[in-house]
Amino acid sequence: MAEDFNASKPIYLQLADRINRQILRKELENGQKLPSVREMAIQSGVNPNTVQRTYSELERMGSVESKRGQGTFVTEDQSVLSQLRQRLKKEQISSFFEDMKEMGFTSDEMISGLKEYISDEERGETND
Amino acid sequence: MKSGVKRMIEFNHVTKKYRSQAALNDFSLSLPAGKIIGLVGENGSGKSTALKLISGIISPTKGSVTVDGEVATRRISSKVSYLSELDAYYTFYTVGETVSYYASLYSDFNQRKAEEILDYMKLDRRKKVKDLSKGNRGRLKIAVTLAREVPVILMDEPLSGLDPIVRDAIVKGLLSFIDFEKQTLIITTHEIKEIEPILDTVVLIKDGVLLKMEDVEELRMEQNVSIVEWMKQVYQDGGIDK
Repeated sequence: MAEDFNASKPIYLQLADRINRQILRKELENGQKLPSVREMAIQSGVNPNTVQRTYSELERMGSVESKRGQGTFVTEDQSVLSQLRQRLKKEQISSFFEDMKEMGFTSDEMISGLKEYISDEERGETND
Repeated sequence: MKSGVKRMIEFNHVTKKYRSQAALNDFSLSLPAGKIIGLVGENGSGKSTALKLISGIISPTKGSVTVDGEVATRRISSKVSYLSELDAYYTFYTVGETVSYYASLYSDFNQRKAEEILDYMKLDRRKKVKDLSKGNRGRLKIAVTLAREVPVILMDEPLSGLDPIVRDAIVKGLLSFIDFEKQTLIITTHEIKEIEPILDTVVLIKDGVLLKMEDVEELRMEQNVSIVEWMKQVYQDGGIDK
């Protein structure tokens, strides 16, 4: 079944984001071939032109490489992958930070809140 | 032509009147090849009239419509596969006979592709059309429309009145069986949410006039809006001269 996309944000970027996350989670392994443009279009329920654009974007980011006549593959370049990891971390933190700031939390509150949350989480106490 | 994108369909100052009422009014539009284009607007805005003009079933009162450079007359059906809003098959035929019938009507009909689509849509070839559920009749219509190897495919409200599972199967079917290198698909629909992720371009019509045409990803990128949100905005802005 197609996962839902946010209809007011560019789908090619949302799809690129999903694929990057799959790469980090190793659901897509290093060197693994991505589905063809049409397969990916059917799997995710989006236009093939959009998938094409996603693949170009991923290639520009370095997380995939296209090999002529063979398809698109997850990169095996570890430095690119660790950069990707760092970048996604930074993006996530930045959006967390901006949201918290908007709600009026101080940096100290954010850090202590985060630490508390993590230690609860590690003790398995949070259910949410 | 400058941009290198081939134009597949051109409306040139088209007016179409039914008796004295204008369904389209000085309507000009140029649609690119190899895209999925959504034609949206309120009931009675002129969407179906636009599709019928492209298919050559009706002709303009004024102006001209061309498909792949050729004026759209009845003969344009060799380039255009048209799924009408109405049911267009003999109910006493079986599914298999319906496919054969379409194959006999159109020399570009790809029997093998039709079989593939029937399998994909899980349609029983021996069943009579009159005994099919509404959803399966919808699927059959899609199958015979998509099985033609023509540059232009038109679908008038293909999802209308069907349940979500059938709508999903149809959307997936479109992605699976359209040849995007060679075919342009134009869909009219009210079920915008369903087809939103598969559209390249959206054309908004109101009262027989073209309000706007946009690249869907650009809308999301530059205005952060979905098609439905965009429609409401444009309708409001352009809704003064009712």
